[in-house]
Amino acid sequence: MSAEPPANLPSQPAAQPRTPRISGRARGLGRVLVTVYAILAIGATSRAVYQIFTIFHSAPVPITLSALSGIVYIVATIALILPGAAWYRVAWVTISFELAGVLIVGTLSLLAPSIFAGGAAVSFGTVWSYYGLGYVLIPLALPVLGMLWLRRTRASASDLSADSEVSAGA
Amino acid sequence: MIDWFTIVEVSIATAAGVLALVLGLAGKAPGDLTMGAALLVELVLIAQLVIAIVSPFAGNQPTGNVVEFYIYVVAALIIPLLAGFWALVERDRWATVVLGIACLAVAVMMVRMNIIWHA
Repeated sequence: MSAEPPANLPSQPAAQPRTPRISGRARGLGRVLVTVYAILAIGATSRAVYQIFTIFHSAPVPITLSALSGIVYIVATIALILPGAAWYRVAWVTISFELAGVLIVGTLSLLAPSIFAGGAAVSFGTVWSYYGLGYVLIPLALPVLGMLWLRRTRASASDLSADSEVSAGA
Repeated sequence: MIDWFTIVEVSIATAAGVLALVLGLAGKAPGDLTMGAALLVELVLIAQLVIAIVSPFAGNQPTGNVVEFYIYVVAALIIPLLAGFWALVERDRWATVVLGIACLAVAVMMVRMNIIWHA
């Protein structure tokens, strides 16, 4: 049993090229977008947690929507950060879902406020009620900005290899 | 909540947010000033948490929903930390903008906290 010479150590390049594990979508201005998404994810999720633990029985519909929106914002945030064509598609799906959510729930909250018992009260609302008015309409603007950004970063070199079927949800 | 403290904390968070937003849009990478400002906002939030815990023992009972209040405090505490890490991923102008947006979001949450406490 002799000491083995570190055969492959010296030849190994000291540092591998720095390839950050984040996508081109989360670069530059995209980082600001990710930040706003993350803040909204925290807002929607914490609201849902509060509602689930306190008043679930009295308003199941808005609370379920709150939880759903929180999860979708979290997934969208992750999909914007992580590289790859699959996450790009997930970003499209979740952001499209958000736009549909804020438009449908926003309209319903105006037309049939009784579904959202308690009306504008924070406790019973969702981030999408009244088109996100309680969040300065950011929930309405964000999916549109997100889609514009996704379109702009479609050709991002690091993300798309031979995969070109990325327009899902457009 | 103590009203004067709310005014102080919202002022600090707003000032920190505007400062970082302006410097970031002007092309400045995050430095001691902007990172320090975000750190100050985090410290103010910790002070807010301590005050909220101590207040009832000093006769300052919340009239609003305590659970909702604390969820806001916890959510707000997370934001500057996450923004700080996210800013350090790549120290360019956008990192500074990120810090600014985080501080402004915290400022809004501080206003809400005060409203919830007194509701």
